[in-house]
Amino acid sequence: MTQIGIVQEGPDEARVAATPATVQNLLRLGYQVAVEEGAGTRSSYSDEEYRRAGATVVPRADAWGSAVVLKVNPPTEAEIGLLSAGTTLVGLLSPALRPDLVEALAARGVTALALDAVPRISRAQSMDVLTSMANISGYRAVVEAAHEFGRFFTGQATAAGNVPPAKVLVAGAGVAGLAAIGAAARLGAIVRATDPRAEVADQVTSVGGVYLPVDVAVEKSTDGYARATSEDYNRRAAEIYTEQAADVDIIITTALIPGRAAPRLITASDVALMKPGSVIVDMAAGQGGNVEGSVAGERTVTDNGVIILGYTDLASRLSAQASQLYGTNVANLVALLTPNKDGALTIDFDDVVQRSVTVVRDGEVTWPPPAVQVAVAPASAPAAAAAEVPAKQPLSVGKKVGLIVAGIAALFLVNVFAPAPLPQHFTVLMLSVVIGFYVIGKVHHALHTPLMSVTNAISGVIIVGAMLQITDANPVVQVIAAVAVLVASINIFGGFAVTRRMLSMFVKGGSK
Amino acid sequence: MTVDAIAGGAYIVAALLFILSLAGLSRHETARAGVIYGIVGMAIALLSTLALTVADAWGGAGSALGLTLMAVGVLIGAAIGLWRAKVVQMTQMPELIAMLHSFVGIAAVLVGWNGYLAHEPIAENLVGIHNAEVFIGIFIGGVTFTGSIVAYLKLSAKMSSRPLMLPGKNALNIGALVLFLVLTVWFVMDQQLWLLIAVTLLSFALGWHLVASIGGGDMPVVVSMLNSYSGWAAAAAGFLLNNDLLIVTGALVGSSGAYLSYIMCKAMNRSFISVIAGGFGIVASASSDEDYGEHREVTAESAAAMLEGASSVIITPGYGMAVAQAQYPVADLVAKLRERGVDVRFGIHPVAGRLPGHMNVLLAEAKVPYDIVLGMDEINDDFASTGVVLVIGANDTVNPAAAEDPGSPIAGMPVLKVWEAENVIVFKRSMAAGYAGVQNPLFFRENAQMLFGDAKERVEDIIRAL
Repeated sequence: MTQIGIVQEGPDEARVAATPATVQNLLRLGYQVAVEEGAGTRSSYSDEEYRRAGATVVPRADAWGSAVVLKVNPPTEAEIGLLSAGTTLVGLLSPALRPDLVEALAARGVTALALDAVPRISRAQSMDVLTSMANISGYRAVVEAAHEFGRFFTGQATAAGNVPPAKVLVAGAGVAGLAAIGAAARLGAIVRATDPRAEVADQVTSVGGVYLPVDVAVEKSTDGYARATSEDYNRRAAEIYTEQAADVDIIITTALIPGRAAPRLITASDVALMKPGSVIVDMAAGQGGNVEGSVAGERTVTDNGVIILGYTDLASRLSAQASQLYGTNVANLVALLTPNKDGALTIDFDDVVQRSVTVVRDGEVTWPPPAVQVAVAPASAPAAAAAEVPAKQPLSVGKKVGLIVAGIAALFLVNVFAPAPLPQHFTVLMLSVVIGFYVIGKVHHALHTPLMSVTNAISGVIIVGAMLQITDANPVVQVIAAVAVLVASINIFGGFAVTRRMLSMFVKGGSK
Repeated sequence: MTVDAIAGGAYIVAALLFILSLAGLSRHETARAGVIYGIVGMAIALLSTLALTVADAWGGAGSALGLTLMAVGVLIGAAIGLWRAKVVQMTQMPELIAMLHSFVGIAAVLVGWNGYLAHEPIAENLVGIHNAEVFIGIFIGGVTFTGSIVAYLKLSAKMSSRPLMLPGKNALNIGALVLFLVLTVWFVMDQQLWLLIAVTLLSFALGWHLVASIGGGDMPVVVSMLNSYSGWAAAAAGFLLNNDLLIVTGALVGSSGAYLSYIMCKAMNRSFISVIAGGFGIVASASSDEDYGEHREVTAESAAAMLEGASSVIITPGYGMAVAQAQYPVADLVAKLRERGVDVRFGIHPVAGRLPGHMNVLLAEAKVPYDIVLGMDEINDDFASTGVVLVIGANDTVNPAAAEDPGSPIAGMPVLKVWEAENVIVFKRSMAAGYAGVQNPLFFRENAQMLFGDAKERVEDIIRAL
């Protein structure tokens, strides 16, 4: 049986690649799980909990010696040295930014799967670790900002005076941005958001923010990630940031473009416009920063008293939550790679998800993968098609009137020409049909089945006809009538009895 | 005061009581009284007819045998009817109702035959009309009879519920109607016994073919349609026998069934004609290779945790719940959740199940209070503010494609908007498509999770986990 190793991360990382809960998922796939001693401690998962979940707790070398190693952050040089050839390593490898790491892993002869390279298609959402981590980071960014900010987020009218609500600007309405907008809005702040993709406006509104559009034409995103933007756009956007910087109390920037340095959104002069005590959280500090003056991993204070947080470990600061989501993402990926649930990891290059995450296969660099086209943006084509498809046409008014007139005319003619008892019968029939429609139209939908069984019973009234015929002199007629009486009686008695039985089951008592 | 006059008066009273009976069913509170009205009406009708028969035939040639046969027939019929009503499972209600329709149908055929074989002397100018009435009565009765039998066989899974696809089936149906008209005219001119046999067989064949070519999921429409036919059959017998009670009752039942069919058709956004003309199956399948993404599975334990944490829960059951007999554990689950202060309600789509109102009866049987069981229109706006929706054995009735994808075969069909809820848990045996053969994008939504397996066992698992 294949062994999966869960290893401890470096000193700056509190997350762990599997929790006791996800260990159970891995076990169910047919693997053995070996957890390095203390791997989960900083995410509040004890070795004992892992043991109870069914994993073995082993020393560092043994965990690294597993056939499959699950990790969060990219391995250091020393850690690569612990891997043996043929091992499969799963983690956040940022292959686009770290060609050296990819080379080193290839040289080691391992297979490396980058979770951050999962394509953005709906099928792969359950393994999209960037999304789950961004969600946590966005939330944490607001918490960090609130911690540093010397005021309430929500506006209050108190006996000690009125408190205005804080104004928050979130740059970039991706997953992290939306999480930040939502968290800030829930704390009561006024939240504004910018994003080059105009299609996110509705999403911003839905989490409680106000979308600030940049009125310049932009190329539509084809892979679900933001693109580098045009000159015009940048100029206009810069103006918006300058205007906003002078007004808002908190800025959270989340702008990241995959495989590139983060775009510079907020300049030093923008920062200088902000009020003392304002807070900026630069979530892109690790990739060069959206904000001039932010330092990766550091808290800095500008001359005019603006606090700039460049923390790069926001997800790690919510380690238990982050580990749980990360672990689930990893377990889902392992499940995809174990189609037979037999503890044998296979990589199928025909599957676009598996192809995309594999950056090194058996020592051979397979990065970058062929492009994946995804329709994340709501394509405008279906909407247009919707307008073209005409709704099912009900009968036109003219035709309806025509039919009704024809019906009435036919009835009229029948009654004019039919001999004696017939017009009378038709009168009765018509009136009964009308009464029937009005009465039935009022029947409660829940009582439709009892209605059918009652109508069944009363249509057994046809027994009357058979009874009138049963005393005929002709025995053949009598027998036929007797059969009719029999079946009609089944109807009458059965229908009423079953209706009573059904109705007796309906009991009230819903209101609490 | 003659017996005839008394019977005539009694018939009017009976007819009124039948109307009251149906009116009583408009609300739960008055429904039981409604049934009593119906029973009293029927008793009055039967007693007065008995009096009429006895008075007319007393001492006549066949009176002794006739009255004996009548007594025996009623007794046996009553015994069978009461026994069936007592033992029938609520999940089998559709079958029972279809069976009962077939009885009305065959009774109408028999009465029609007798109308030909034995009738009182008729005025010269009415003979043609009488003969036409015989034909019409037999024809409607025959279609009802075999149609109901096929519906019964399909509902009880004794026959494949897939639609029968004969080439040119619409032409066959219309041809049968034309042939019926021709035979009627012929019979009016020349009363031959073989014509009567021919029309009986023709109506049997038409009824069989009509229902055989309709798929299992359209059964709510079919059953209410047959309900309507059985009424018209009784009304035709009323014309034949000059009996107003039969006409009134038949018309009531006929319009009742027609109205139900109309509601069902509207709930599927399909015209009555298109239901008769055949099932969905043919259109779909083509688009099924589209990539809808990956569905997520959930365990019973985490489903239980979600339910416990939710403040409001809506359950939308479908035919699958009846198949799995899951209504009892579902009722337990509801009771447990309500004890914990969770607001649990049911949302019933008009065509859920195989009979109008079928789900309501099943839930009532499992002792779910009826005032938390709501119809689609009553609950559809509440999904957006609901924490968890449980979809149990329903598929097409919760398909967002109906509302959002104009190219879908079920586009425009009103559906329960379960996808607006925070979380949707779908109980399903597999990822197979529903009756309409349309893939359900709901299963791939981010807020939807699948709980695979037998609905009954899974619900029991959740109860254990609570």
